[in-house]
Amino acid sequence: MAHTNDSPLLVMSGISKSFGATQALSNVDLELRAGEVHALIGENGAGKSTLMKILAGVHRADRGAMSVAGRKFAPDRPVAALRAGVAMIHQELNLAPDLTVEANVLLGQERIALGGFLQRRAHRDIASNALAPLGGGEIPLDVPVAQLSIARQQVVEIARALASEARVIVFDEPTSSLTEEDTAHLFQVIDQLRDRGLSIVYISHFLEEVAQVADTYTVLRDGCVVDHGRLPDTDLDHIVRQMVGRELDELFPKVPHEAGEPLLELDALCGDPMPEDVNLTVHRGEIFGLAGLVGAGRSELLRCIFGLDRTPSGTAHVSGRGRVAGGARSSIARGLGLVSEDRKSEGLAVELSIADNLTLSALGSYTRGGLLSLSARDQSVRQWLDRINIKAQRPAQAIGELSGGNQQKVAIARLLHQQADILLFDEPTRGIDIGTKAEIYRLIGQLAADGRAIVMVSSYLPELLNVCDRIGVMCRGRLREVRAAKAWTPEDIMHVATGREVAA
Amino acid sequence: MSEGTNTSSAQAATQAAGRPTFEVVWSSLAPFIGLALVVLIFVVYQWLVTPERPFLSQYRMTLIAKQTAIVGMGALGMTVIIISGGIDLSAGSLLAVTSVVLAVSLRAGIDPVVCVLLVLAVGMASGLINGLLITGLRLVPFIVTLGTMMAFRGVAEIVSDNKKVSYQDAPNWLSTLLNAPPEGSYQGVATGVWIVLALALLLAIMLRYTVFGRYVFAIGSSEATARLCGVNVPGMKLTVYTLGGLFMAVAGIFAFANLGSQGSPTEGVGLELSIIAAVVIGGGSLSGGRGSVLGSLLGALMMTTLESGCGYAGVSTAIQRVIVGLIIVGAVAVDQFVHAQRR
Repeated sequence: MAHTNDSPLLVMSGISKSFGATQALSNVDLELRAGEVHALIGENGAGKSTLMKILAGVHRADRGAMSVAGRKFAPDRPVAALRAGVAMIHQELNLAPDLTVEANVLLGQERIALGGFLQRRAHRDIASNALAPLGGGEIPLDVPVAQLSIARQQVVEIARALASEARVIVFDEPTSSLTEEDTAHLFQVIDQLRDRGLSIVYISHFLEEVAQVADTYTVLRDGCVVDHGRLPDTDLDHIVRQMVGRELDELFPKVPHEAGEPLLELDALCGDPMPEDVNLTVHRGEIFGLAGLVGAGRSELLRCIFGLDRTPSGTAHVSGRGRVAGGARSSIARGLGLVSEDRKSEGLAVELSIADNLTLSALGSYTRGGLLSLSARDQSVRQWLDRINIKAQRPAQAIGELSGGNQQKVAIARLLHQQADILLFDEPTRGIDIGTKAEIYRLIGQLAADGRAIVMVSSYLPELLNVCDRIGVMCRGRLREVRAAKAWTPEDIMHVATGREVAA
Repeated sequence: MSEGTNTSSAQAATQAAGRPTFEVVWSSLAPFIGLALVVLIFVVYQWLVTPERPFLSQYRMTLIAKQTAIVGMGALGMTVIIISGGIDLSAGSLLAVTSVVLAVSLRAGIDPVVCVLLVLAVGMASGLINGLLITGLRLVPFIVTLGTMMAFRGVAEIVSDNKKVSYQDAPNWLSTLLNAPPEGSYQGVATGVWIVLALALLLAIMLRYTVFGRYVFAIGSSEATARLCGVNVPGMKLTVYTLGGLFMAVAGIFAFANLGSQGSPTEGVGLELSIIAAVVIGGGSLSGGRGSVLGSLLGALMMTTLESGCGYAGVSTAIQRVIVGLIIVGAVAVDQFVHAQRR
């Protein structure tokens, strides 16, 4: 099948990198042969993206060496890596949306005639030749890429890598916004690339996917290689254990809690254009999880419940406090609180202090005759820092100086400070290290035990399955199916999330 | 082949496979439709109110063309700048600088051809300064050109000693550039208008068929992608702003001719906004990546036609300003609506 060659095409050896006091990578080795698909596996923060950024010329390693096809490889910027034959396909695609398909495939490698004129015929040939083996033969060359579906845009970007004669292609979470059908197609494309003798690095959270597409794997944890091997010979549970490096109980601490009376009731709630027609009841002392693909309408549902987005029809009703009328102010008054998925630009005001961020939504309680009593506020903020174990020096410290995990705890503390009863969490542990994740899971459990209702959106299935009591799966704006967490398997969730019916 | 993550993009993709999309057709036709509507309004007015005085007389049309020349020339450079994702607020001040530099150098007894070349060099140097500040200091174009807008205005005042500078012995080819036909015209159209059209054609070809043009669009559409693909982004920006300065210098020469062989340090105050408006009405996007030479010229033409028509119908300049303001906002709103429908 693949043209095999005994000497590896890509060698990374002894790569180390630190940012300030944090050792992001220590002594990492990675080898790839031509025609090999290699999975790079690890938790968020394990060092995968740092390693790939070094490969792509975004960062430079402190120590270690790299070579491509036997030649020394030390890119100082992304374009240098590209010229040396290493291309990256990011989750966020790197395309110029207003440019045509042809222009994007040839960007930076234009064939130029006298006077700077573009050789349009040559361009069309190169673009079609690059697209054809990727099953992109029918993608029109003259259309701006912004008008293509995400899956097709991805094909265009892969075609660009082919047109630049890349030898190594890195796929970073390529399927996170694809349907099941598109994912299957992408795997065919990757098989094609393998058969042409390219080396592929494949990064994904979905281990089932990895097992399907990759030949070999490396597991990173805390910046070190903890395991590597051939995939067909390895079972996935072993990989999960290597990845997490601890037992599941430790990762998902259980706080006993019990569901009580209904607290939040959604009746045919619709957003514009998503979600559609959502009916749901969440109880006191319950943790409700929302699963689904990116773009399925989960965040939109939270925003509609909270009244941040327009709801053309349907209602959200809080038991004892009436209908949510729209607008964050009235939602807060009814005991709702939202932690945004976008911590940096929406969830927190990064320029402000911890105290400002924690009390922003309920400053009223510290006003005396129209003036803020800062000392009373500082005192109360100190209590909160203590209560949920936020590692900070003082309330006036800039929130940007805290770690991601501690920032998230401040965002959660704000809801508790505003006395929210219904907590809406959007990706509450994104970009947070494992230790702090466990603390946040415990905090969520504790909040449920205190009688609050929690609705959390997450793209990380183990988290939903182990933390939530019930899980609803969304697909294309609709809440498709709700079951007790124990009654779901990851496969079932993915089936419903990708719009397939589950075989009974 | 595949299903999009949302249906509208999938539809757009399917549609794209065959004929040009509605969006493409729309963005090339919209400025024409706008212009036609403006003309139509005044033709109807003529039909209803003043049938004895035709609106579209040959005289009026040549007048409109000549009045469009200065804004149109500025709009050529601004189109490139805006497509690249930038903006140039110093355009109006640069017009004043180049017009007084021309007058002062002519009065110094320098050969007119050399004077014109000098003015073009001054324009390019000023544009280059904008570009160097933007790329060198990594400042946003809005701030840089807001600063140079004031600085250039000051330079114009210094060079001219804050007075209008007149030079009545300018050669005919220079002083009659924008005269009403038949004087200084070819085929009944002012020479300046021919220059605008020729440069517009040249620029349109550059934008569409050369690497330069493609990189301008790429930078405006996604600067990060362009950089990743090895486009020399700072070099491109320097070129773009230098080119903008060059076009403004030609506009400055036009202004000199239009003022009766005079350079004026107070000329062109607020002109940059009319120029930007022309580009935006013509389909240019202030976030970069979109715009066309033809559209910008039509935008400029539409505004002049409106002015001329308001004069024809006896509408006061005050009301005229309100109308132009509404049209700018309306044109962008309609365009954005159409794009939103298609995404």
